[in-house]
Amino acid sequence: MADIDIRSVRKAYGKNQVVHGVDLSIRSGEFVVILGPSGCGKSTLLRMIAGLEAITEGEIAIAGDVVNAMEPRERGCAMVFQNYALYPHMTVADNIGYGLKVAGLSKPERRARVETVAKSLGLSDYLDRKPGQLSGGQRQRVAMGRAMIREPKVFLFDEPLSNLDAKLRVQMRIEIRKLHNRLGTTSVFVTHDQVEAMTLADRVVVMNGGHIEQVGTPEEIYRNPASRFVAGFIGSPPMNLFEGRVTGPGEVEAQGIVLSVPHAGLARGQAVTVGIRPEEVLLGAAGSNTASIDVDFREELGSVRLLHGQVAGADFVIQVPATTAGPKVGHFSFEVPARAVHLFDAETGMRIDPVAGGIRAAA
Amino acid sequence: MDRRAVYKTAWIGGLLLAPQLLLVFTFFYWPTGAALFWAFTLERPWGGGNEFAGLDNFRMVFSDTAYWGAVWRSMVFALGSTALAMGLALLFALFCDRQLRGYKAYQTMLIWPYAVAAPAAGVAFRFLFAPEAGVFAALNKIHPDFWNPSVNGFHAMILIVVAYSWKYLAYNFIFFLAALQSIPRALIEASAMDGSGPLRRMWDIQLPLLAPTMFFLLVINITDSFVDSFGIIDLTTHGGPSKATTLMVYKIYFDGFKGLDYSGAAAQSIVLMLLVMALTFVQFRFIERRVHYR
Amino acid sequence: MIERTPVLNFVTHAVLLVGLAIAFVPMWLVFVAATLSLQEINTPPISLLPGSHLWENLAEAWARADLGVKLTNSLIMSVAVAAGKIALASITAFALVFFRFPGRMAAFWLIFITLMLPLEVRIVPTYAVAANVFSPYQTILDVTGFSWLWQQLTGTELALEWNLLNSYTGLILPLVATATGTFLYRQFFLTVPEELMEAAKMDGAGPLRFFREILMPLSITNMAALFTIMFIYAWNQYLWPLLITTDRTHRGTAVMALRQLIPMSGDSTGGGVPDWNVAMAGCLIVVAPALLVVALMQRFFVRGLIASDK
Repeated sequence: MADIDIRSVRKAYGKNQVVHGVDLSIRSGEFVVILGPSGCGKSTLLRMIAGLEAITEGEIAIAGDVVNAMEPRERGCAMVFQNYALYPHMTVADNIGYGLKVAGLSKPERRARVETVAKSLGLSDYLDRKPGQLSGGQRQRVAMGRAMIREPKVFLFDEPLSNLDAKLRVQMRIEIRKLHNRLGTTSVFVTHDQVEAMTLADRVVVMNGGHIEQVGTPEEIYRNPASRFVAGFIGSPPMNLFEGRVTGPGEVEAQGIVLSVPHAGLARGQAVTVGIRPEEVLLGAAGSNTASIDVDFREELGSVRLLHGQVAGADFVIQVPATTAGPKVGHFSFEVPARAVHLFDAETGMRIDPVAGGIRAAA
Repeated sequence: MDRRAVYKTAWIGGLLLAPQLLLVFTFFYWPTGAALFWAFTLERPWGGGNEFAGLDNFRMVFSDTAYWGAVWRSMVFALGSTALAMGLALLFALFCDRQLRGYKAYQTMLIWPYAVAAPAAGVAFRFLFAPEAGVFAALNKIHPDFWNPSVNGFHAMILIVVAYSWKYLAYNFIFFLAALQSIPRALIEASAMDGSGPLRRMWDIQLPLLAPTMFFLLVINITDSFVDSFGIIDLTTHGGPSKATTLMVYKIYFDGFKGLDYSGAAAQSIVLMLLVMALTFVQFRFIERRVHYR
Repeated sequence: MIERTPVLNFVTHAVLLVGLAIAFVPMWLVFVAATLSLQEINTPPISLLPGSHLWENLAEAWARADLGVKLTNSLIMSVAVAAGKIALASITAFALVFFRFPGRMAAFWLIFITLMLPLEVRIVPTYAVAANVFSPYQTILDVTGFSWLWQQLTGTELALEWNLLNSYTGLILPLVATATGTFLYRQFFLTVPEELMEAAKMDGAGPLRFFREILMPLSITNMAALFTIMFIYAWNQYLWPLLITTDRTHRGTAVMALRQLIPMSGDSTGGGVPDWNVAMAGCLIVVAPALLVVALMQRFFVRGLIASDK
């Protein structure tokens, strides 16, 4: 177990910079998920920790030692790759034990440790098979076994679940988290899937365009998105976002709808982005902050139902319980509770905090 | 081409490349350079090095009617054997690809001739076409010299074209069949759903998709006909009768090793090199395109 | 697909049978000829059924062309060329694909340009190099003045010589010195997922270990394919062995030995009519090993041909 310190790390390929000065501290034993769209630099960051990618600027320390100049094998990290990267010509046992072989361990010693690891992953019956004879989930476990056997200081996961089908993905997700609870090894997990991030992480790091947008617990990220990007990226269906303007103290206007908000200290005329989560809208309620929606499509998702339509000409989605009565399409009025309104500075995209009223910087 | 996972230890990489670079330098670049040197110089008769001769060697070669004869015959040989070997191979491959019962057996047997050494094929066909003992011997009994490649230059040319094509038929067949098998089955099935019959599909779907392979084989066949014909000629016709089958490589060999005219042979080599390079260059360009076809 | 085209099916079989005949009938006639007596074979029309003299003819051809020695030479040459190509090609392609260093692209082009010019078109100067492999280096030393310097310093003349004529090395090296196999190996290495190398890095394996323990076992099929086509290529060589071996009794190859069964115009026999039965028996012996290899390794042979040819 070890903590990881990432200090002002940059990565550039020639003139093309893909990671712009990232600072991040990962505590020993923590499970951190780096989340972001493809091309945001998350994999590059992970690979710099692993030592597969040179660090252009800044430094990375694992357990207090700066590892910039170290070979991957000296860093004490183990990695699970997206396509597992199992050696096709080796048996499961040889795949899991290869790292120990390279390290020069004797055959019986290797065998014993491979068996222990295989047992904990339920692979004991498959040790003599080749990767080609295994199912996707089993290959995934072999890849995990290969990482576990070296008892690394840090586990690195590079989108390891994206090649599995939906059902298996959920199952493996739970297994990975249980494994972490048991071993307590510091883990860094890269994914573009927000559900994976929310369910696995102690802390989520949201990245975009080579920058960190926000670091926080899954709940913080969902409740208080630090930027317009995080607001739009986290949550499914995504948050409804509009361009608007401050029209008075505690009052904003967007799409012709005037909303009172709990934010203080807003400057009149300030351009803002207004965000409203589909699940925080109250359908049919008639208080203050009401508006109406023209629903033209209803999507049934089993436990909930999504109403797609237009509010004053702009696309809008509302999520309601599946038990809600009413016609499929038509004109509905709804209420937006004042505490459910998120505001972002239109220029910087940064969150405007409801209480303090100032612009809160990203973590 | 651009991989992210690489080793950057330059000295190991260089060391690994060294053996091949050394071999290539010694047996490829130096000889090629030497050919250039010889082509532009003339060896002094009593030793004492070479004398720069400019384009004299080339002028000499180009003014030699025997050389132009060899060039002409090489073209006839190239076109004749390529047309024969490719045409038949395409026909057999198209029908073999219908995958009727037993097609595997046909496929296997049609590949074998390529394993036969060209000189051996030459000797075999020399026997098969021998005026006194081969398949035409009976006709020669009735009509003397109805068929006699050792006297008739045209017959001799037919002999080497057939022997050569027999071997390359197999080679072309392998490529055509592989190309046909790489055409997605769904494409053929879609065409069948559109109502086209097997022959129509061959014409409308398979042949157009074979175009890249055809072009590739065309270049290979022509190039190889220049360089791979030596053994056949040396063992069947010895370039005769009266030089009727003396092709370019055979003439280079003769002028260089029998006539000891290094400069003339080198000049001829350079011309042949340019020809082969031009053809290969066309093909390299084409391979780029082939990627897009897929 | 369900298709009822009896006429076309008939035509298909007919066409393919013709193809089969074209491939097979010459081989059959050669075999028949090898079983006849000299008198039988010179009596037209050509016989279609085998006679009873196969063993004598084979024995006669074997003795006349000294095929025991020649087949051994061919075998040594072919195996060495095939093995040499595999070793050289895999190592070179490994460096080209998995390493980054200055001059890599230049090396790449230097090697791949050799695909453009087959041995036959540069045969005369290559022969000159084979007569003394060190001649290029000697020339370089002479021209740069190093030889002169050496002579001044040591008082001895600097003369490098390594004659390859009549040696196995001479037979083999120039045939190995091209990029055919390198290209095949490069194509294969480019399909190896990058993660595999990264996984090896994470497991602590260095480049040579990765090459030996991961890449080589993975490329077994490639190796078989390359071995097959290179074996056939080397076995069927004619012009190069003809030049490099002046001592034809001890160093000649099997394909070259065909010359001893066929009167050559330049020879003392004066280009008369050969003993066809013996010549065809010799043909059978010379061709048999290559045919056998292709028959046994057909899958690899086809694969190798298609993947490697330029």
